[in-house]
Amino acid sequence: MSDAERRPFLAIRGVSKRFAVGDDEIEALASVDLTIARGQFACLIGASGCGKSTLLRIVAGFEEPSSGEISVYGKSITGPGSDRGMVFQEYALFPWMTVRQNISFGPRQRGKRGAELDAIADEYIKLVGLERFTERFPSQLSGGMKQRVAIARVLANEANVLLMDEPFGALDALTREQLQFELLQIWERTGVTIIFVTHSVEEATLLADRIVVMTAGPGRIDADIAIELPRPRDVASPEFNGVRRSVAQRLTSHLARRDLKTAA
Amino acid sequence: MAEARDASAAERRKRLTRERIRGIMLGAGFPVLLVIAWDLVVRYTGTRLIPSPREVAVMMYDFSFGGIYDDAFSATIVTHILKSMERVYGGFLAAAALGIPLGLMIGRVKLIRQLLDPTLSLLRPIPVTAWLPLSMIFFGLGPKAAIFLVFLGAFYPILLNTIFGVRSVDPRLFEAAAMLGCSGQAMFRQIVLPAAMPAIFNGLRLGHGFAWILIVVGEMTGVPTGLGSVIMDGRTLSRTDLAIVGMIVIGVLGFLTDRLIVLLNNRVLRWSPQHHE
Repeated sequence: MSDAERRPFLAIRGVSKRFAVGDDEIEALASVDLTIARGQFACLIGASGCGKSTLLRIVAGFEEPSSGEISVYGKSITGPGSDRGMVFQEYALFPWMTVRQNISFGPRQRGKRGAELDAIADEYIKLVGLERFTERFPSQLSGGMKQRVAIARVLANEANVLLMDEPFGALDALTREQLQFELLQIWERTGVTIIFVTHSVEEATLLADRIVVMTAGPGRIDADIAIELPRPRDVASPEFNGVRRSVAQRLTSHLARRDLKTAA
Repeated sequence: MAEARDASAAERRKRLTRERIRGIMLGAGFPVLLVIAWDLVVRYTGTRLIPSPREVAVMMYDFSFGGIYDDAFSATIVTHILKSMERVYGGFLAAAALGIPLGLMIGRVKLIRQLLDPTLSLLRPIPVTAWLPLSMIFFGLGPKAAIFLVFLGAFYPILLNTIFGVRSVDPRLFEAAAMLGCSGQAMFRQIVLPAAMPAIFNGLRLGHGFAWILIVVGEMTGVPTGLGSVIMDGRTLSRTDLAIVGMIVIGVLGFLTDRLIVLLNNRVLRWSPQHHE
C-alpha cells in the first residue's frame, strides 16, 4: 500500500456524546479522537456501556455528536450516507424483499435499473456465496445467511467503510468462525475499511490490524494496540495466544481499577 | 434416493389433503348441526314466532328466483345485494383510501400526530350509531347516509391499525434504508408502507367486518333497497323468514369478502410466515 493510501481516511476529532435520561444527563462518550487509515481493519472493544456502539452509530450518521466532528477524506459528515454501510447485529434486512431485492436496494436508490442492476446484484450475491438463495425471503434464511446478505447489501452500495456492530454476536460458534473467515476474504479482495465492534478479545485479535480498547464512565479510548500477527492467523498458535492474553490484560486491568474505585 | 423422496413427498401431499378435507368437514358440519338443532327446537316448542329452516329455505328460493309468493320481494335478491355491496364497498374503500395514508402520516410525522391525534381520539369513542341523526341531516334520507356510516365504522380500525403498524416498525429498518440512500417520499413508499402492511391488513379485515355490521344500521335510514332494508321490512311486516334470509345473505357475503381479503393478505405478505392464514 502506498503512502497516499495510508493517509488519514476517516478522522474522528473531539467527538463526545451526552444523552438526556429523564432530568439527568449521561455522558456516553468523553472527547474521543481516532484516525483510521484507508483499508484498515479496526476493532473497537470494551465492556458494555463503554460507548463503542454509540461511537459507531455516530460514525454511521444515525446520531449526532454533542461536540466534535467526523470526516471522511477531509469531508465532514452530517448524516447517514452510502459511503458508510452499517451491518447490524440483528441484520435489519427488509423482510418483505428477497435476497436479490435486499442487495439491489442501494443501487436502485441511485437510479440503477435493468441489466445494470442485475449485474451489480449478481456480483455481490456471488461474493457472499448466496447464488442458490436469491429468491428467498429473510425469514427463510439462517442467521449466517442473513448476515451475508447484510454485508452484500452495503458493499453493493459501494460503501467504502463497513461499520459492524457485533455482527456475529447472535450466531452459533461454527457459523461465526465461518463468517469471520469469509469477512477477512472479502476485506482482502475489496480493500474496504472496516470498523468492527465486538466484546470478544479472541475475535478482535483474529480479525484486526488494530484494536482500540475503550473504557466506560464516560466512554473514552484507553489503549490503541497494533496487531502485527501475520495472516492467516492461527488461533491455536502460541503467538496468537500471547497477543490475545496481552489485549485481555489491558481490558481487564482497567475493569479491576474501576471495581476498586467503586468499592472505595 | 430420488424415488424415496418423491414417494415421501406424495405421502406428505396426501396427508395434507386429508388434513384439509377434515378441516372443511368440521367447519361446514357445525352449521349443519345448528340448523338441525334449530329445526328440532321449532318443532318441539311449536312456536309460531320463529320460522322453521324449511320455511326460510322456501323464502330464500322465492327471494332469489320468485314463483312462490310473488310479492314485492320475489326474485329481488340481486338488486338488494348490488345496492348493499355498493354501499358497503363504497364506504369501506373510502375508509381505506383515507385511513391508510392518514395512518402512515400520523404514525411517522410527529407534527401531524400532534395536530390530529387528540381530535381523532376524542371522536373515536362515539358509537357510529350515534352519528345517525347527524348523518341524516348531512346527507338526507338515502344511500349517502348509509355510505357515511359504513365509512365511519370501517375508518377507525383501519386508521388505528395502520398507525400501530408504522409505530412498531423496527427503527433499524429506517436507519438501514437511510444509509442505503433512501429518504423522504421514497421512504414512505418503499419502507413505511410495506413494513406496516401486516397491521394494515388486520385493520382492513376488522374494518370490513364493521362495514357489514353498519350496513344494516345505514339502511335503516329509510332507503327502499338493500339487505338492511329487507331485514327492517321483515321486522315491520312481521315476516321473520324474510329477516332471517337477509341475515343469511349478509353473513355469506361478508364471509366471502373476508376470504378474498385473506387471499390477498397471503399473497402480499408471503414474506411473513406469521401473517399467513
